[in-house]
Amino acid sequence: MAQKLVVIGAGMASGRMLEHLTETAPDAFDVTLFNAEPRGCYNRIMLSPVLAGEKSYADIVTHDEAWYAGHGIACRFGEKVTAIDRAARVVTGENGPVTYDKLVLATGSNPVMLPLPGADLEGVIAYRDLEDTERMARMGPGSHVVVIGGGLLGLEAAAGMAARGADVTVIHIMGHLMERQLDPAAAYLLQKSLEAKGITVRLEAKSQAILGKDGHVRALQLAGGEELPCDLLVMAVGIRPSTALAAEARLAVGKGVHVDDQMLTSDANVLAIGECVEHRGAVFGLVAPLYDQAKVAAAQLLGEEAGFVQKSLSTKLKVTGCDLFSAGDFAEGEGREDIVFRDPAMGVYKRLVVEDNRLIGAVMYGDTADGSWFYGLIRDGSEIGAMRDTLIFGPAFQGGGSADPLSAVAALPPEAEICGCNGVSKGQIVTAIEDGACDLAAVRSCTKASASCGSCSGLVEQLLQVTLGDAFAAPAAQPVCGCTSLTHEDVRRLIKSQELKSQPAVWQALGWTTPNGCHVCRPAINFYLLADWPGEYRDDPQSRFVNERKHANIQKDGRFSVVPRMWGGITTPDELRAIADAADKYRVPTVKVTGGQRIDLLGVRSEDLPAIWADLGRAGLVSGHAYAKGLRTVKTCVGTDHCRFGTQDSTGLGIALEKRLWGSWTPHKVKLAVSGCPRNCAEATCKDVGIVCVESGYQVGVAGAAGMDVKETERLGDVATEAEAIELTVAFVQLYRENAKYLDRPYKWVAKVGMDWVRARVVDDLEERARLVAAFDLSQSIYQTDPWAEHAAKKARDFAPLADLTLEAAE
Amino acid sequence: MSWIDIGAIDLVPLCGARLLKTRAGCVAVFRTSTNEVFATANSCPHKGGPLVEGIVHGQKVTCPLHNWVFDLNTGLAQGADEGRIATFPVRVEAGRILIDGAALGQRSAA
Repeated sequence: MAQKLVVIGAGMASGRMLEHLTETAPDAFDVTLFNAEPRGCYNRIMLSPVLAGEKSYADIVTHDEAWYAGHGIACRFGEKVTAIDRAARVVTGENGPVTYDKLVLATGSNPVMLPLPGADLEGVIAYRDLEDTERMARMGPGSHVVVIGGGLLGLEAAAGMAARGADVTVIHIMGHLMERQLDPAAAYLLQKSLEAKGITVRLEAKSQAILGKDGHVRALQLAGGEELPCDLLVMAVGIRPSTALAAEARLAVGKGVHVDDQMLTSDANVLAIGECVEHRGAVFGLVAPLYDQAKVAAAQLLGEEAGFVQKSLSTKLKVTGCDLFSAGDFAEGEGREDIVFRDPAMGVYKRLVVEDNRLIGAVMYGDTADGSWFYGLIRDGSEIGAMRDTLIFGPAFQGGGSADPLSAVAALPPEAEICGCNGVSKGQIVTAIEDGACDLAAVRSCTKASASCGSCSGLVEQLLQVTLGDAFAAPAAQPVCGCTSLTHEDVRRLIKSQELKSQPAVWQALGWTTPNGCHVCRPAINFYLLADWPGEYRDDPQSRFVNERKHANIQKDGRFSVVPRMWGGITTPDELRAIADAADKYRVPTVKVTGGQRIDLLGVRSEDLPAIWADLGRAGLVSGHAYAKGLRTVKTCVGTDHCRFGTQDSTGLGIALEKRLWGSWTPHKVKLAVSGCPRNCAEATCKDVGIVCVESGYQVGVAGAAGMDVKETERLGDVATEAEAIELTVAFVQLYRENAKYLDRPYKWVAKVGMDWVRARVVDDLEERARLVAAFDLSQSIYQTDPWAEHAAKKARDFAPLADLTLEAAE
Repeated sequence: MSWIDIGAIDLVPLCGARLLKTRAGCVAVFRTSTNEVFATANSCPHKGGPLVEGIVHGQKVTCPLHNWVFDLNTGLAQGADEGRIATFPVRVEAGRILIDGAALGQRSAA
């Protein structure tokens, strides 16, 4: 019979251990997994790229709900464990107890909060989890942030917020940055490049107090009295193993939970792994040893032999443009010699520390390509005598090899470690490539190389190149178009952070290679600008695809189709008469009912458009935006008005939604539906936003699709009133407008940012929801006008030929 | 050459185009962001898309139907596509656009 395993904590160590367990012996344990954070395992190392906007939350999820469900793991996320009874083998959570045969503590660590006066003020945070990251990500241009701590975490936080346009100051108590990983010379180069990013660095600065106003942080006061004003204060001064639960359960605890080489605590039925443990006097903060521990713990649980051994570690900083690497011990000391290489013009600094004819430490800045080779020499304790003269130039110079950039990686021995996080060697990667893994993603999925911090991705790609030769094409991030090398995500972020408010400003500031873009980038940039700066920027019709410029759909013969709006699919005999009259008058060849419950007049000539619009307008009909990247239609069923099953007024809600949302520009078209009961006659569960009415209220679903892809909506939230259903919908559409890539439908966008991210803003954070609704209404105050009426009245001339020389010739 | 006045330049939007009907077929009259004026056959050689409805960028236009791109100077399709649209001499004088009537008469714009 399967044993009962309870795991407390769903961080990276726990995730890795469960992977080993489920791969080796999927049926050995019934697993219950507690996590205080309301989600499963994500790659915490990658929070910095998320903060910098280079990755989305979805990119860093390592185990999603489907993974846990697929492996039969009972998840109790968002539930804190309140007690462990080791005698009875019972873990008690907020929602009740569960018994265990084996217990694994993976409670991780807590950020150290300096006990300064004012540390409890609102706006004083640590940098630890997704919530902190999101909080920092909201710091844009005009906001002031102080980061206490010039270590790895503090600098990544500072760089991330600076990239978003915030004014960031780093306070560090020591004489140089990252003093545990860098020597002063490398730290100086790092400081220079951070300062070039607009970050202010204050060294040997001691914090004295945090000053507040109305309960919110106002400034940091330094010893000596100087005040640094800030809207957010981030403490990144270190982490401390989280041991409270273990201590209460009377397990042996020192700095961390004491474990032996088998990861067993003082109770043989209780194991501990990750940042919460203390092993032979050491505690752990980097991911590589955590993964080793996870492997040992899994083996121990399965009754296999394994032991955890501490290794020397290497570090990389994940800040774009700051290339640094350090490994081993590089303090000066008796019997130690330095080999130093500097190239001030290129900003390159390398220092190797040699003792007893062996390399014991390496620090590099600016050019870190040889880092893993040096790290291998340190870890293996290799004799370096024969190559000492050329050692600092790296593996490419050993044995007189050529200067080919690939030769460095080609020269690595098979056992050289490429991925430090996951302990993957060159040999394993080459074997995987020879077995058919032909790109980075494939290598990643079968070896885990580059699957954690990703800093070895370049090396893996070089190995692909060396192994496959010309058969391998290195992928690049997809740029918007040929006019720029930037991605859509880059451009959106830079438009916000650099406050670019016109198309020429974007082209100039971001180095466009064409005078005024092309048919691919212009519509995208036009949308980003009008969505981000509704007050300052105006829609440019010349950057719109013809349909949106002429407010009608072009057909293959160059004529157009005309679809008037029918709110919620409801019409009247008078409207139908007006449509019939127009169809007769303008000799419309085809009249068709659309999938979205509207009537389409197909085959109207360009020059007739203003006149047919004017005729329809006199009957009260306005543009149905069937051509727009904006709200198309809200499909409804008849609901409580007529249907014996209806639970709510679905037609009324559909009309209200359509009246609220029409006219706004969005990244791609947006289609809605409201069904009056779960029989779902309006097919709401495959729409961008679909609402299903039930007796108790409204189920708001989003991110469905029924086009190139078919996908059911995901539940955004259940609400009791019509007003709330409208509010959630408006906030969701605005969040989509502010963040999505042009031409991504909502389901594609949500897949990138994650439903949790969306829900946090639209449902949970009431302040943010109100902001989104207000921002949408501001935009609507400008764009909610009937383009047909406007064009028929003022721009009819533009639809006619400039001149007609056939007439003149006839005269 | 016989120059025919077809209208004020201000009637053509910047980075835009207007249609000119001629006995030889429809002509698209383009105005770039820097006030240069071009005239070409309106019909895309690929599937007959109306180039007058395309997005104008630099001295190029993109067909609205399938995104073929043409150089307005030479009429040549850009990139991998092969084809050419007729081009007609135009000039701007005192804010008016003039087109060469002789060229229109000689060549079919369709």
